[in-house]
Amino acid sequence: MNLFDFFRPKKPKSASVAKERLQIIVSHERRRSSTPDFLPQLQTDILQVVRKYIQINENQIKLSLDKRGDCEVLELNISLSESGKP
Amino acid sequence: MSKVVVVTSGKGGVGKTTTSAAFAAALAVRGYKTVVIDFDVGLRNLDLVMGCERRVVYDLLNVIHGEGALNQALIKDKRVGNLYILPASQTRDKDALSNEGVGKVIEALRQSFEYIVCDSPAGIEKGAMSAMYFADEALVVTNPEISSVRDSDRIIGMLASKTQRAEQDSDPVNVHLVVTRYDPVRVERGDMLSADDVCEILAIPFLGVVPESKLVLAASNSGIPVTLAEDNDASEAYFDMVDRFLGEDVPYRFMDVQKKGFFSRFFGS
Ligand SMILES: Nc1ncnc2c1ncn2[C@@H]1O[C@H](COP(=O)(O)OP(=O)(O)O)[C@@H](O)[C@H]1O
Ligand SMILES: [Mg+2]
Repeated sequence: MNLFDFFRPKKPKSASVAKERLQIIVSHERRRSSTPDFLPQLQTDILQVVRKYIQINENQIKLSLDKRGDCEVLELNISLSESGKP
Repeated sequence: MSKVVVVTSGKGGVGKTTTSAAFAAALAVRGYKTVVIDFDVGLRNLDLVMGCERRVVYDLLNVIHGEGALNQALIKDKRVGNLYILPASQTRDKDALSNEGVGKVIEALRQSFEYIVCDSPAGIEKGAMSAMYFADEALVVTNPEISSVRDSDRIIGMLASKTQRAEQDSDPVNVHLVVTRYDPVRVERGDMLSADDVCEILAIPFLGVVPESKLVLAASNSGIPVTLAEDNDASEAYFDMVDRFLGEDVPYRFMDVQKKGFFSRFFGS
């Protein structure tokens, strides 16, 4: 370290920047690749079943897979609008 | 019992072929009957690294298509007994590899070899997929560098989902992390990811590091797997890894900067 470096504010080392970036991309990609590819199909199937009883459109139904602690949760949300009432 | 070991990485140029040749040769030196297969169809460079390019008669695809017998295609290494090479075809494309065809060749090799080392091509396409499909063990070769680590992570995901073991729901492929081209000086300076960083991100069992070494290129120039070349750090690192792989408890080396002694600091080492 020379005198100039000594007075310059410390920049984070490039390796720790790389590590941080990697932790973010990797966790993101892992989450994406673990999303089963049947989700969209399941959503259309559920939509069809629900429509036998209640008129809803596809934006009123939301299906998502989440992790809460050690638990994987498949969440299904169907919001009923006024017109959807039987 | 025989084991299929795939050497894979996703990214190209990280040291898969170097590692396949070094690892296979070291297994043979340790007394195991070993064959190393080049899956890099179209490129084919394992034979060059092994120094047997002029003895190639038939290749993996010839065997798959019944144009040559397996024992005609296998090249016996002239330096170590126990060591054989099955070269890749230079002319055909990777789509010519079918799991069914590869499976038959692997099954036949299992009858007479203890270790079947598969040198995977780069990428996540057909060639890489068929190299890993029958694996029992995998060496995930990674450079301490951001794109290599990311690609390794994807490959680890595929080893867990796209192999025969995954499809048949049997025990998962045993994965091992191999960090190559490691430079402890740069790690200490903070401009290269450390082996600890890579281990933490990839979270698979760590087999060891191979230091960056000029002798690796020199050995491949002469067609000698680095573990059969004169004594050098890279060779020792590969032997340590092979011994760990075989279940021995070997202390890790080449991870830290070699502190120079008083005299070598003044007179150069
Ligand atoms: N430990 C090492 N030190 C220095 N150079 C290396 C090391 N490992 C591999 N190399 C070099 O890196 C290049 C790519 O290696 P190779 O094994 O062909 O990679 P891949 O099969 O993954 O494409 C080659 O020139 C090789 O000599
Ligand atoms: Mg290669």
